[in-house]
Amino acid sequence: MKTKMNTLLKNKNARTNALTYLVVIAAFLVTQYLYSADALSSSVKGYLIPICVYISLAVSLNLLVGICGELSLGHAGFMGIGAFSGIVIAALLKDTIPNDALRLLCAMFGGGILAGAVGFVIGVPVLRLRGDYLAIVTLAFGEILKNIIGNTYAGIDESGFHMAISTTKMPLETGGKYIINGPLGATGIQKIATFPMGFVLVLFTLFVVLNLINSKEGRAIKAVRDNRIAAESVGINVTAFRMKAFVVSAFLAGMAGALFGLNYSSVTASKFNFNTSINILVFVVLGGMGNILGSVISATLLYVLPEALRSLQDYRMILYAIVLIVVMLCTWSPKVKEYLSVIGDKLGGLRKKKEVGSHE
Amino acid sequence: MQIIQYLINGISIGAVYAIIALGYTMVYGIAKMLNFAHGDVIMVGAYISFCVTNYLGLPSAVSVVAAVVVCTVLGITIEGLAYKPLRGTPGLAVLITAIGVSYFLQNAAQLIWSSSPKNFTSIVTMDPISLMDGQLVITGEVLLTVCVSVAVMVGLTFFTSKTRTGKAMRAVSEDRDAAQLMGINVNRTISTTFAIGSALAAIAGVLLCSTVPTLMPTTGSMPGIRAFTAAVFGGIGSIPGAMLGGVLLGIIETFSKAYLSTQFSDAIVFSVLIIILLVKPAGLLGKQVQEKV
Repeated sequence: MKTKMNTLLKNKNARTNALTYLVVIAAFLVTQYLYSADALSSSVKGYLIPICVYISLAVSLNLLVGICGELSLGHAGFMGIGAFSGIVIAALLKDTIPNDALRLLCAMFGGGILAGAVGFVIGVPVLRLRGDYLAIVTLAFGEILKNIIGNTYAGIDESGFHMAISTTKMPLETGGKYIINGPLGATGIQKIATFPMGFVLVLFTLFVVLNLINSKEGRAIKAVRDNRIAAESVGINVTAFRMKAFVVSAFLAGMAGALFGLNYSSVTASKFNFNTSINILVFVVLGGMGNILGSVISATLLYVLPEALRSLQDYRMILYAIVLIVVMLCTWSPKVKEYLSVIGDKLGGLRKKKEVGSHE
Repeated sequence: MQIIQYLINGISIGAVYAIIALGYTMVYGIAKMLNFAHGDVIMVGAYISFCVTNYLGLPSAVSVVAAVVVCTVLGITIEGLAYKPLRGTPGLAVLITAIGVSYFLQNAAQLIWSSSPKNFTSIVTMDPISLMDGQLVITGEVLLTVCVSVAVMVGLTFFTSKTRTGKAMRAVSEDRDAAQLMGINVNRTISTTFAIGSALAAIAGVLLCSTVPTLMPTTGSMPGIRAFTAAVFGGIGSIPGAMLGGVLLGIIETFSKAYLSTQFSDAIVFSVLIIILLVKPAGLLGKQVQEKV
């Protein structure tokens, strides 16, 4: 009986994962078909890469918030690190690797590794804290990272590559070119990000996160989330697992950030502020904590929603706010849920009754 | 002399943070939620005061009262419509709803008052006091903010320790279920907390804009975040802690701007916060709660 249950459970897991991949691949194929058939308007085309970026960010944050149960409010900081290091790497490799796609891949991995490394350094002190305190410290680190990036100068001149974190502009020899120009951000970026690469990023993120969730580590992480003390008492090294999830999440956010940065001709550090972190968190919570497919869908819908409401001009963000509050109330409030289920029962009528009967 | 001048300026801005932090800390202590919309209530308060003085031509004292009344009503409304239905659900759900409310307030303000900055006229008409041959200048705003924040702190401490409602608040923050069993109306207590927090936010908004006169729909968000860190810094849930955290944060900010670097002041302020939390995880004056197994 027990083995039967287990296989059923495994199958259910495998089924959900397969469904997630399937939805993403199908969505990509449809979009790609529409793209090649020239059925997409230029503004829609402009959304494609950011959507991929935000899906990856939401899925990686879901690993932290949904699976680990750690509220992080500094995800945009890692995204920013990935973006700016990716931009620098892409600019430096311009002559060494002429192939755009390969260079983009290098930039993304470089950005991811750097963000992961920063995640590790931050994780050592931060992961000693829990709950709201962890949230506030990640918020603080996010702001610190934004502040540092905003005062970073990087450039190339005849004597090579220079980089400085300072309040005054770093001098370059004549003919030198700034890649990152302090508060002005990175300018003159060669836009090498492509939609297929965004799709690859989403698949890679899903692969990493889903595999981690369904591994021995993933089960340990969930055990820590559900009852830390019980998990500790059966010998799970809580800190090590939290650290692993934190670094993986930062790494993926860095990769997404690099793709994001290389999609625009100029990017400033202020883009990666607290509001962006919050937006990603909203995607995760509305999609359902711990639900990966939910994150994918909600990131797409919530990114498109304010853009689609653009014709309403000034009213669009107000509508977005109202939708956010109403959705939260409908999905979480016990009273509203009860009310909705009563309506559902009335509409469902007999069918629902039958189902309940068969379960009993 | 310069150093004393910076200290005074730091205390002044810190006193504003302290008043905002008091609102955060009370709501957190009693409703156990991070009210991210608190910063935007500050902004609404400042706008109300601005409108009453500039459009209706009434004296500034009336405008402050109007701001307090409107914000109190606003706070109770927000609590009743958006937070109350979610009571008892995981903290994250309420947090996201609070973010939704924050977006709503910011964008509503943008619709009503447009996004272009307004020039807020200070409510203080007193001439600055010059000491030591003008080396030390204390403006009326500084005196007013410091006095008001001290008064607010003393008032709140008295309120929570002596009055029935205040005692009910402490009971609810200690153990909500037990408080309910003792016959305390938990819902009404939480509403009262929101009312007090929002009234404080209105006062803070007027004081903030008297010191820094640009008023925009986003005026409240950054001071809101800073005051929140101040509340955590001093130990969230503790009234003297919020006061201490706010003043220290203001002083650290002013000094780092003056002596270290203007551009890195954010990084410095937040680094100090992180160090404090690592050394004393419950904040400066917070209670270390033992976990029960």
